[in-house]
Amino acid sequence: MDAARHAAVFVIQRLLQALGVMLVILVIAFAIRSSLGDPVRELTGQAASESERTALRHELGLDRSWPAQLLDYLKGAAQGDLGTSYIYKRPTVAVILDKFPASFELVLAASLIVAVLALPGGIAAAVRPRSWTAKLILSVSVLGVSVPVFLTGILLISLFSVLLGWLPAFGRGEVVSIGGWETSFLSLDGLAHLLLPALTLSSIMLPLFVRLIRSAMLDELGRDYIRTARAKGLKPPRIWLRHGLRNAMLPIVAQGALQFGNLLAFTILTETVFQWPGMGFLFLEAVTRADIPLITTYLVAVGAIFVIANTIADLLSLALDPRVTFSEADA
Amino acid sequence: MSRTAAGTYALPRSLTGSIKRHPGMGLVIAVLTVIALAAAFAPVIAPQDPYDLASLDVLDSEIPPSWLPGGEARFPLGTDAQGRDLFSTVLYGLRISLIIGILAVTIQAAIGITLGALAGYLGGRLDTLITRIADIQLALSTLMLAIVALALVRAALGGQTLGASAVPVLVIVIGLAEWPFFARTARAAMLVEKQKDYVRASRALGATGTTIVLRHILPNIGAPLIIVATIGMANAIMAEAALSFLGLGMPPTQPSLGTLIRSGYDLIFAGAWWVTLIPGAVLVVLLLCVNLLGDGLRDALDPRLKRGAGEGAL
Repeated sequence: MDAARHAAVFVIQRLLQALGVMLVILVIAFAIRSSLGDPVRELTGQAASESERTALRHELGLDRSWPAQLLDYLKGAAQGDLGTSYIYKRPTVAVILDKFPASFELVLAASLIVAVLALPGGIAAAVRPRSWTAKLILSVSVLGVSVPVFLTGILLISLFSVLLGWLPAFGRGEVVSIGGWETSFLSLDGLAHLLLPALTLSSIMLPLFVRLIRSAMLDELGRDYIRTARAKGLKPPRIWLRHGLRNAMLPIVAQGALQFGNLLAFTILTETVFQWPGMGFLFLEAVTRADIPLITTYLVAVGAIFVIANTIADLLSLALDPRVTFSEADA
Repeated sequence: MSRTAAGTYALPRSLTGSIKRHPGMGLVIAVLTVIALAAAFAPVIAPQDPYDLASLDVLDSEIPPSWLPGGEARFPLGTDAQGRDLFSTVLYGLRISLIIGILAVTIQAAIGITLGALAGYLGGRLDTLITRIADIQLALSTLMLAIVALALVRAALGGQTLGASAVPVLVIVIGLAEWPFFARTARAAMLVEKQKDYVRASRALGATGTTIVLRHILPNIGAPLIIVATIGMANAIMAEAALSFLGLGMPPTQPSLGTLIRSGYDLIFAGAWWVTLIPGAVLVVLLLCVNLLGDGLRDALDPRLKRGAGEGAL
């Protein structure tokens, strides 16, 4: 079998696996939905008579056996229908899609900050492990993981919003709509509103990634091929970046993907502090008001994002692995 | 922490020596001792009982700390929106945070070490199953799992019922969410230990598997488990604070540090920063010290690090 076919089989396997995981998530969501709360009571209120309730129950298909209901739920899911929110009286998928751009842009902005700072920081801490720069970077990262993300947000608000009055403390401010996608990046007000939440979210991811990049680089720099490269007389920056980092990227992507769940949790916390109108903020609203369809749809959405991110990370690992060149993979 | 190199896992006698070499560690341990004593004796030290609503006076609300203009000597750290003495409330909050942290780590350790030791000692299909579950749970993020679990508990029980039994619910949720760290470490250490001569010797002498694991192996893998417990403690306290901040944890009537930060949060816009930032500072000092203790123990106990090789991921 040639290498390209090998890779294609891997990709297809990975995609099928992703579909399987989504199916499991949907079944769990269905189980939560049917065991928590009574949609009929939510829709009719206290005043409705017993016969009205029975009629509605029949209309919604709630008097049918659970396998039939599960099949209905899965059919609905395939068509993008996961129920109607009690609070918003709209399809839950639409409610969540409305909030998606806010969360996505917050995570994107934070990731940019992390990428710009963590790579040089982690590499610097690895190439000269005993220098004071490395020690400073590590000390700051211990401090960073010890300050809970919501506290960082509150500190930044106290300083830049309350004390100095430079930056807004909550909401998204002015957003520009491009084909239904509301972006913060295209207005000065939007960017000003984005800055503190993005800094807050990156403050907790940054130390994790600095440590991750440092330890991956340290592992690679201790290997024989680095000694060989050094013996060949290559310049250190070339050894660190073209040799060390190139090989360290694989564990960095694999381990970094494991941080994705944490990123989601930290996003919920950040959105709560800044009342950022994203998915996490919406989720907590749904929880406080016991909007079960919205809660389960959020879980399905988060599961889908999670599966997509992990699949991309796996495929990226395949592309990054220097041993897989599409001509001699079988050797 | 993956552990492949064969090394000794017993607590070395040089632990006290290594603390002497890092003077910072002495300070960390001193601060942690003070915090633990303050939490343990909170009812004795605190001038006011923050749970006794009858002793509160709304006229005392939002008084700044005593060193600021407007502060009063009877409220050294000021008061919150309900007129509770912040010093007393923080002491009691610290107590709740620590109790939840300790109990949650105990549950994690009990589940994690049992499953990890079984997986490592017996191997086979059980090992595959336990390792797979642990990996999936770690990939999902323990904090995210705890948030989702508590959100569902809250949606099922309602905010009132959850508030009444918040301590056991938080302990169980955080305990169940974070056991994989212990399981991984116990399993890896068990794989190394069970090949050693002393295990073979006791097996040859006719000792049963239970005796070998409990009496001989477990005491020898204490060191990595203590490191995991320390870091797990920081994680559990952080998780409790995060959950309480989201309104999914301790209720305002029985506040932990996270609840205090949440209930004081709105007041920063009115200038009453101390209500949220003082419990916040206490939380940061506590987490920082526990994290530093974990790092210090790893330096002292991990033979791989002494040789200057890389450390395990994160």
